[in-house]
Amino acid sequence: MPALSVWFVRTALFYLLLGFTFGGLLLSNKGVPYAPALWRLRSLHIEILMVGWFIQFAMGVAFWIFPRWWHEPRRGDERGAYLAYGLLNLGIWAVALPLLFDWSGVFVTIGRVVEAAAALAFATHIWPRTVGREG
Amino acid sequence: MPPLTRWFIRIAFLYLVVGLLLGLLLALRPILPLPPFLTGTIPVYFHLFLVGWLTQLIFGTVFWLFPPADPPRPELEARLGWSALLLLNAGLLFRVVGEPAVALRPGSPWGWLLVISAICQWVGGLAYVILVWPRARERARAKGRREEAA
Repeated sequence: MPALSVWFVRTALFYLLLGFTFGGLLLSNKGVPYAPALWRLRSLHIEILMVGWFIQFAMGVAFWIFPRWWHEPRRGDERGAYLAYGLLNLGIWAVALPLLFDWSGVFVTIGRVVEAAAALAFATHIWPRTVGREG
Repeated sequence: MPPLTRWFIRIAFLYLVVGLLLGLLLALRPILPLPPFLTGTIPVYFHLFLVGWLTQLIFGTVFWLFPPADPPRPELEARLGWSALLLLNAGLLFRVVGEPAVALRPGSPWGWLLVISAICQWVGGLAYVILVWPRARERARAKGRREEAA
């Protein structure tokens, strides 16, 4: 597994645990209410698991297992994938913090744009690797 | 494919079927007189897909596909893996029962089932992260090659 995939996957695992923690707090609070303010974590729970866990994990595994070239560099131009890792994690917190602290919706919009840029950057990397055996 | 992977994947498919059937029931609510507890199953419906189906499918596939830990620790991995499977599914089933019950009778003792569900799922998730973390790694050969090049 290449180093970037290790970063993607381990970061995704961190978000999995964080998302499960928030989810556990929400669910237990729904069963036996003890802190109504915990309901604010709902959007954060969704964001962290959908983008931080599922999407990030998919990117990490795709970078690892998609077809490689016979010549160096085996994974082609990797800059898009590295950029995607940075932008995705920046985007997650740019969305999550305003949701948590009720900041202006403008910040959430900026975060979503950063996440979309991450998806675009990853697509530019993975597009040429989406090939059959015949190339 | 190791037995743990087969269990994760087969159970994931069961959740997919159950989730789709529940979705069908929820869609029929406006035209059929269905029991009121169904309204309380909307969050359950989403979690059947996202935890029961997708997360378990990923868990099973990763256990099969990822490189082994270095040094290998098969006994610990078996314990962590089976614990994750049991706890995650027990937690999800407690939720399937508890959430509609709480929606019908807020403040009833059924609420504690959701607390137990939350704890089971969290510990199951933690067990899985501990299992997979050291397996998300560069192979020694690739790492050596990269260090040589540097």
